[in-house]
Amino acid sequence: MRNFLNRKVCEMPPSGIRRFFNLASEMQDVLSLGVGEPDFMTPWPVREQAIYTLQKGQTVYTANAGLLALRRELSAYLADKYQLEYDPQKQIVITVGGSEAIDLALRAMVEPGDEVLLPEPSFVSYKPCAEMAGARVVTVPLHEEHKFRLRADDLRKAITDRTKILVFPFPGNPTGSTMHKEDMEEICRLVIEKDLFVISDEIYAELTYDGRHDSIAAMPGMKERTLVINGFSKTFSMTGWRLGYAAGPADLIAQMTKIHQFAIMCAPTTSQYAAIEALRSCDRYVDEMREEYARRRRYVVTRLWEIGLPCSDPQGAFYVFPSIKSTGMRSEEFCQKLLTEQKVAVVPGDAFGASGEGFVRISYAYSLARLQEALNRIEIFVKEHGREST
Amino acid sequence: MNMEDKTRELLEVLEKNSRTDIKDLAVMLDENEADIAAQMTQLEKDKVIFGYHTMINWDKVMVDRVTALIEVRVTPQRGDGFDNIAQRIYQFDEVSAVYLMSGAFDLTVIVEGRTMKEVALFVAQRLAPIDQVLSTSTHFVLKRYKDHGVVLEEDEKDERMLVSP
Ligand SMILES: Cc1ncc(COP(=O)(O)O)c(C=O)c1O
Repeated sequence: MRNFLNRKVCEMPPSGIRRFFNLASEMQDVLSLGVGEPDFMTPWPVREQAIYTLQKGQTVYTANAGLLALRRELSAYLADKYQLEYDPQKQIVITVGGSEAIDLALRAMVEPGDEVLLPEPSFVSYKPCAEMAGARVVTVPLHEEHKFRLRADDLRKAITDRTKILVFPFPGNPTGSTMHKEDMEEICRLVIEKDLFVISDEIYAELTYDGRHDSIAAMPGMKERTLVINGFSKTFSMTGWRLGYAAGPADLIAQMTKIHQFAIMCAPTTSQYAAIEALRSCDRYVDEMREEYARRRRYVVTRLWEIGLPCSDPQGAFYVFPSIKSTGMRSEEFCQKLLTEQKVAVVPGDAFGASGEGFVRISYAYSLARLQEALNRIEIFVKEHGREST
Repeated sequence: MNMEDKTRELLEVLEKNSRTDIKDLAVMLDENEADIAAQMTQLEKDKVIFGYHTMINWDKVMVDRVTALIEVRVTPQRGDGFDNIAQRIYQFDEVSAVYLMSGAFDLTVIVEGRTMKEVALFVAQRLAPIDQVLSTSTHFVLKRYKDHGVVLEEDEKDERMLVSP
């Protein structure tokens, strides 16, 4: 029999996270700080609304781009939160998570051989999606000494005649780094000068601490060359509902909607109705979650410094990305040993790109009690291994 | 964040868990320990914080304990309205809470006792005979689903995968 499998797909390495997940799930009683999803439950009004629409039998397809009522609500939400004006009819598409929006955007824009600039370490999906779309991915390393913010100097070095797209993932997973207006000015000048397009993944926008999120699309001259990707997973603790969206120039949204129409038809209807409720009535829940995350973040950062794992103060998302270089171990080794010796799961930094080597990702989407226990174990682990190397 | 916000946040954290370590509180609220301790002392002095209770599910330890919510209608008194009569009621050790209400009755009185009979006798012998009390209506708690913001029977299982992107 012939080999029916696509070579490009077969050559795509599986996510580094997956590998680690397999390892962790073979063990009993693991204390995990390894998740990329909130520990809060979806606010009850949202779940309640979903139940209500199910009871009413609102279980049919929606428009391909999503319920117009939801797009209208989103249009108002984006204007209110980030000063971004989008036409709900033409400039917004509802997707199956931010994940689908990333894939659609790249497929709708990339021609074979186009170069896509990807700051790293970053979320695991951008690279495979870009490569599947035929792009050559050029990574731009983010540096700890600059708090993992993207710097125009590093970007400039990576730009060639073939560069088309910049993926702009802030607040970032796994670093928690954010970009504010003053950090983005030079980047925007460069993007406009080189005529690039920006895919801005703002899925953690509402989880920004010590200040508010600034969208790169709201910077002067950027709206026509930026696609904003966001979703309900992190903001409203709705990961399992699989709902996200993209907002941007009408011509791009039209092409993305076309692919979405043929591949997906429409995002889950129940989730879309629930999302309307989330946007309308759940600000209070989001504020409470943000405050709770902010407190945990301070706790985790302080403990990590005390333990001897320095980390830059993350301003967004729910991750801390400490350096483990002082232990002399590589990320993978650190995580494996921590898992087998102390039964604590954290994610090796290199799962998010080669430049994540020397770091681990710790999620604080856990109760304070859990964080305390896990950090106590990490402290013991670091002490024991510190002695070994001296 | 201004001072009032910080105090509000401190109170919210303590309201959820009054046993949070001062050291951890200081870290989480980005203040120093001495300030947090001083702030708490002041809040206690001002009776903003008026006690630290422990939430106990007595049903689990087979200790007899019943709670009743009693709707009381009273005649308010010239001069001090409901305060005097409320005081006459809340002085009883059996009474754990008294609230002045809007609506069809005047006071909610929460009474705890070992048995329904004990509580019923308290109402009949202590509460109802008070001059200004016009009527009482006693409702016994049969099951507590949620108390002080906490669901009692909830299973705190983490459904999430161990590791995810
Ligand atoms: C940076 C980033 N973008 C996008 C996503 C995808 O989220 P979803 O597809 O649930 O909206 C994630 C999830 O972990 C993420 O961390």
